[in-house]
Amino acid sequence: MKKYTNTGNKDTRSGFGAGLTELGQKNENIVALCADLIGSLKMDDFKKNHPERFFQIGIAEANMIGIAAGLTIGGKIPFTGTFANFSTGRVYDQIRQSVAYSDKNVKICASHAGLTLGEDGATHQILEDIGLMKMLPGMTVINTCDYNQTKAATMAIADHHGPVYLRFGRPSVANFTPENGEFIIGKAVILNKGTDVTIIATGHLVWEALIAAEKLEERGISAEVINIHTIKPLDEEAILNSVAKTGCVVTAEEHNILGGLGESVSRTLVSNNPVPQEFVAVNDSFGESGTPDQLMEKYKLNNEAIINAAIKAVSRK
Amino acid sequence: MKPNTQQLHDLTTQVRRDILRMVHAVNSGHPGGSLGCTEFLICLYQNLMERKEGFDMDGMNEDLFFLSNGHISPVFYSVLARSGYFPVKELATFRLLNSRLQGHPTTHEGLPGVRIASGSLGQGLSVALGAAQAKKLNKDTNLVYTLHGDGELQEGQNWEAIMYASAKKVDNIIATIDLNGKQIDGTTDEVLPMGSIRAKFEAFGWDVLDIKEGNNIEAILKGMTEAKAKTGKGKPVCVLLHTEMGNGVDFMMYTHAWHGKAPNDEQLANALGQNAETLGDY
Repeated sequence: MKKYTNTGNKDTRSGFGAGLTELGQKNENIVALCADLIGSLKMDDFKKNHPERFFQIGIAEANMIGIAAGLTIGGKIPFTGTFANFSTGRVYDQIRQSVAYSDKNVKICASHAGLTLGEDGATHQILEDIGLMKMLPGMTVINTCDYNQTKAATMAIADHHGPVYLRFGRPSVANFTPENGEFIIGKAVILNKGTDVTIIATGHLVWEALIAAEKLEERGISAEVINIHTIKPLDEEAILNSVAKTGCVVTAEEHNILGGLGESVSRTLVSNNPVPQEFVAVNDSFGESGTPDQLMEKYKLNNEAIINAAIKAVSRK
Repeated sequence: MKPNTQQLHDLTTQVRRDILRMVHAVNSGHPGGSLGCTEFLICLYQNLMERKEGFDMDGMNEDLFFLSNGHISPVFYSVLARSGYFPVKELATFRLLNSRLQGHPTTHEGLPGVRIASGSLGQGLSVALGAAQAKKLNKDTNLVYTLHGDGELQEGQNWEAIMYASAKKVDNIIATIDLNGKQIDGTTDEVLPMGSIRAKFEAFGWDVLDIKEGNNIEAILKGMTEAKAKTGKGKPVCVLLHTEMGNGVDFMMYTHAWHGKAPNDEQLANALGQNAETLGDY
């Protein structure tokens, strides 16, 4: 089992802020928009360094998405920032018509995704956003796993022409991917090689998948761990190559079981190589208030849940 | 060289014929609002806007136009074609399979002249504000024009954008409201009375002017020239364009019935008879 070191817990949203700050210095066409959540999105530095390129929209997310679409006309590369719920569900039609259908180069950057938003509860904990965004033609959907990867992804999407949904979160989590590592949109990262089961995880569940793989090894199960940071376009080749070896799959995501990563993987499998698959995801329910750890335990989104799913998947081969 | 008033009249009549023939051919589309805005869009594209030859998406150093009420695509397409953005004969593909002239305007099929998809209402002003702010960042002194239906103002996103525009002093935009007082289900007063639209825009910090004769070319040119003079003074500019839905076809006027209905063969012949060919049909 390959060892990964947590260099210290950090929040993924700060990775976004750091990436945006660097981008601002490198490229004068980068502009940033926020709907009254500058502190939460860690956009303070960009605002301070480039006040003329920063747009405080107020609490008006629909207007923010439209303005971002308009800014691309004139060569700007807009990054919008708000919570995942207000970045997607609240403004779905604005994204659909003014951004996706209009082929606009807007980067929709969403923090506080999923249950780990915590105490604010279900009104703010969106678990449907990956599904909403992946269904839009032409939309790239990315869900990063730690600070370093979020920073790298933020910078990488600026060089990709087209609409992108970048999803990250609120809590401090293990930071274990390489600093200034390469981020290739649509290219899965094999974190650990294994032969008995493939664990395909995204976002905060990637670290949990690594812990699960270690514990599974103690039980004599060899798990391959794939960090699938890009849900669309999905790296089908990496998934199918792994499954050809392991013969079963666990998908793990901080999202509803309907419409998320798991279903995208299922579609790939049934079309190419049907094998048993187990899902670690929220079972079609809303969230609730609680600490992130309590919620991830209650809704079975942790390494223990991944271990149980892996054992079950192996048994079904 | 800009067309004279007679040439603008001729263009207007021909655009009316285009609209009627387009919607008749596919037995669908929105002739009422299209006919009501014909004079305005002809004046905009043929006289008022500073436009470059050809089309590129960024539109640097030229005036831009955004159609927010995308259902009046027939007049938009006709005016774009007759302003040189694509061949006039392509109007015959309106709403057909594999056409660039979709039911509602889109950039998706690469139609020159269109910079944003519209049709789902209430989104155009936000987009136009973004484009106007991009112009300021680019030190581009050209203007951004928009057109919105009056019924469309019932969409809440407009008011987010209207509030933002004055707060951020976006003064390089002229937003025109097609004040025809009608929408699909009836008059705007029957559907959802909106009170004074002028008072609302003024309360939101806009500079507002009326063009009372919104189907009169001379009145439009005069009013829009005044509107232009109001730009660059720290406030966004709103034009209330008083129009008649279905203008130029007697049986389509003074009713909301032709908002989204095409004429039959007989009605088409009657309507075309009221608008004799001037520049050649497509």
